[in-house]
Amino acid sequence: MKEPINFMLVGVGGQGTLLAANILAEVGLVAGYDVKKSEIHGMAQRGGSVSSHVRWGEQVFSPMAGKGEVDILLGFEMVEALRYIEFLRQGGRAILSTHQIPPVAVTSGGAEYPSQARFTGVVEQVTKDYLLVPAVEIAQQFGNARAHNLVMLGALSVFLPVEEDIWLQVAPRHVPAKALEVNLEAFRRGRALAGQARKR
Amino acid sequence: MKRILSGNEAIAWGAWEAGVEVAAAYPGTPSTEILETFATLPDVYAEWATNEKVAMDVAIGAAYAGRRAMTCMKHVGLNVAADSFFYASMTGIEAGLVIVSADDPAMHSSQNEQDNRNYAKFARVPCLEPSDSQEAKELVAAALDLSEQFDTPVLLRITTRIAHTYSPVETGERQKRPPKVEKFPRNFEKYVMLPVNARRRHPVLEERIQRLREFAETFPYNRLELRGEELGIVTCGVAYQYAREVFPDASILRLGMTYPLPRRLIADFAGRVRRLIVLEELDPFLEEEIRSLGIPVEGKSIFPICGEFSPEVVRDAAIAAGLLPESERVVPPNPIKGDLPPRPPVLCPGCPHRGVFYVMKKFKLPVQGDIGCYTLGAMPPLSTIDFCGCMGAGIGVAHGADKAGDPERQIAVIGDSTFFHTGMPALLNVAYNRGKTITVIMDNRVTAMTGHQHNPGTGYTLQGEKTVEIELEPLVRAMGIPHVRTVDAYDLKAVQEAFEEALAKEEPAVIITRRECALLPEARKRYLPLRVDRSKCIACWTCFRVGCPAIRRSDEIFEKNKRQKSDIDPLLCTGCEVCAQVCPQHAILFRAEVAPAPEAAGGRSGASEE
Repeated sequence: MKEPINFMLVGVGGQGTLLAANILAEVGLVAGYDVKKSEIHGMAQRGGSVSSHVRWGEQVFSPMAGKGEVDILLGFEMVEALRYIEFLRQGGRAILSTHQIPPVAVTSGGAEYPSQARFTGVVEQVTKDYLLVPAVEIAQQFGNARAHNLVMLGALSVFLPVEEDIWLQVAPRHVPAKALEVNLEAFRRGRALAGQARKR
Repeated sequence: MKRILSGNEAIAWGAWEAGVEVAAAYPGTPSTEILETFATLPDVYAEWATNEKVAMDVAIGAAYAGRRAMTCMKHVGLNVAADSFFYASMTGIEAGLVIVSADDPAMHSSQNEQDNRNYAKFARVPCLEPSDSQEAKELVAAALDLSEQFDTPVLLRITTRIAHTYSPVETGERQKRPPKVEKFPRNFEKYVMLPVNARRRHPVLEERIQRLREFAETFPYNRLELRGEELGIVTCGVAYQYAREVFPDASILRLGMTYPLPRRLIADFAGRVRRLIVLEELDPFLEEEIRSLGIPVEGKSIFPICGEFSPEVVRDAAIAAGLLPESERVVPPNPIKGDLPPRPPVLCPGCPHRGVFYVMKKFKLPVQGDIGCYTLGAMPPLSTIDFCGCMGAGIGVAHGADKAGDPERQIAVIGDSTFFHTGMPALLNVAYNRGKTITVIMDNRVTAMTGHQHNPGTGYTLQGEKTVEIELEPLVRAMGIPHVRTVDAYDLKAVQEAFEEALAKEEPAVIITRRECALLPEARKRYLPLRVDRSKCIACWTCFRVGCPAIRRSDEIFEKNKRQKSDIDPLLCTGCEVCAQVCPQHAILFRAEVAPAPEAAGGRSGASEE
């Protein structure tokens, strides 16, 4: 019997959130789960906020989980993580990129981008079980900030009952061949970071 | 082979496996990927038609000619194609014809959330509804078989959550099938809908739908799942998944065919349960049909008629109606978040529409919009568009206000693809009826909003073949517009002059603002981020009024007004120079000033606007 797991991935259009969701869904399938993945295309792609649901289970019905029903939240951008935080169940796991993309309301309007302290303050009201990942900085260290989504998946992988091999088998089907090594390295670094955090 | 496919991809595979040879569509969220996927499969013909009606006529023509065919559209596309939908129901077909309607409950990217099952009943066409990707694939084949067996087009109705949900699908091989007929049938009584023949065909339709009703009783996708006797749920589409999720103990009648309904099956199901409810998104379509059979049933008295369902929506409504105990409620966390900055969709950095709206706004004239990325010109700070209704509506609305004696000069804006779609007849009407509307064709060389599809202006077909590239200028002139002016959408001075020129004459005018979408590969090659010369910036914030995501506040304060000076995000800026042209201090450097060597590709020297 496979324990069901509800994931939600949130970020900003163009960040590669949907690609990460594709990999996560296929990893579930290869690992023997029934899977569903749901997302909304269209207007959200114009730099808007993007959310994607992935559900693993013995048999998955609804394509998305409701508020308070997500087991693991992957936030690719700080404001978007806060926007969807109530989807996470109380005490659920959050893996959160510290990357900031200020919306136009902040850059040219008067709105304020939340500070790191306010950010963790909100997160901690929902869960103490969160991991902050400087995913973009880690990916930049070896040359490609765009691989930050694989850093996030690497961090996530530590917490899932799935062999690393399956990730390494699925990921190449979703990233361009010339960027494969960079993406696999990103995955490994994210995995190492979360592995260390877990030990502490 | 088992793979994860979206509902849309699964429909494309289903069509391919079932031997569909011709498919035509016009792009529209959430339907677009069906044809995009189908077009890549071997041994098929697929095209972007100029609009949904044309697409449907093409698919009908192929089905008349004996080849299995498909057309796909978003829900409102079926409004455009409705005339054809009705005659196809009257004539029937030779080879199978499936018409996919992708409805959009919650209006994720649409102007309404009409329930297109009503069209099935309206036109006496059977309607099938899948509950996941695997079924979406299988129901295409079932629809085509049904189409041939009953000599009727078949409507396959999906919703956004089916179209864009990915789930495992078993894919198979393509069935080779010979054409139903070799040549277009010469069958006067069946295919020439003169009144004399139409009168004979109408009873055929009515008799056909009765036979289909009988067929529905044993249609394998109408599936009975007997569990408890307390509660029985009649459901369809994605709502079936919510029924399983929220009511694990209930008995379910899942309808894969939602028109016509299997009356005995429903009556039998109703007799097995103590309380019968219908769980369906949008209209009480099944509910009203069932109630008309004299069967007591509840539906919209419990569940909402507006928006889309989710397990949450269904569960909360069920608790309120006493169908579930209060203990079933999921209480989500409720952290104190404070205000979060919103992130609405915006025109992209470098979007060629931005500068045109910036100029247009200064004339303070009524601007009638249309459907496309440029509708975002209605959002602040540009706030320029006063109307958006449906594809092709803007020009006609502008003309109507003009003819009503509205004292202001009317402007209509429309994109290149929308102009080809339904803008052309409206512009012809302006010329013919001696209107004086100024029509702005925002030609970004692609169908952008739905994800860069080809159209008659791009020079390529859906399957990548080089074709004629329709030129707008001679087309518009041939339609009787005397005043036609083309400008570079990035050149604010030229845009301004074009408007002044058009406004000076009491005759219809067309201004073509041309510049390819900044996300197209050719445009990306020319990206060159601009810079702010902080020593010149006086923090007047004029540049913020163009509403570009790449322009932001810097940390540096201008002493005289104590405001933050401007800054440009080099990761977002494309170098379109719209902001550089509006800067009164020449503090934003032009491409030639940023790049060591002059950028030939920019195509324009940096003329200042004022």
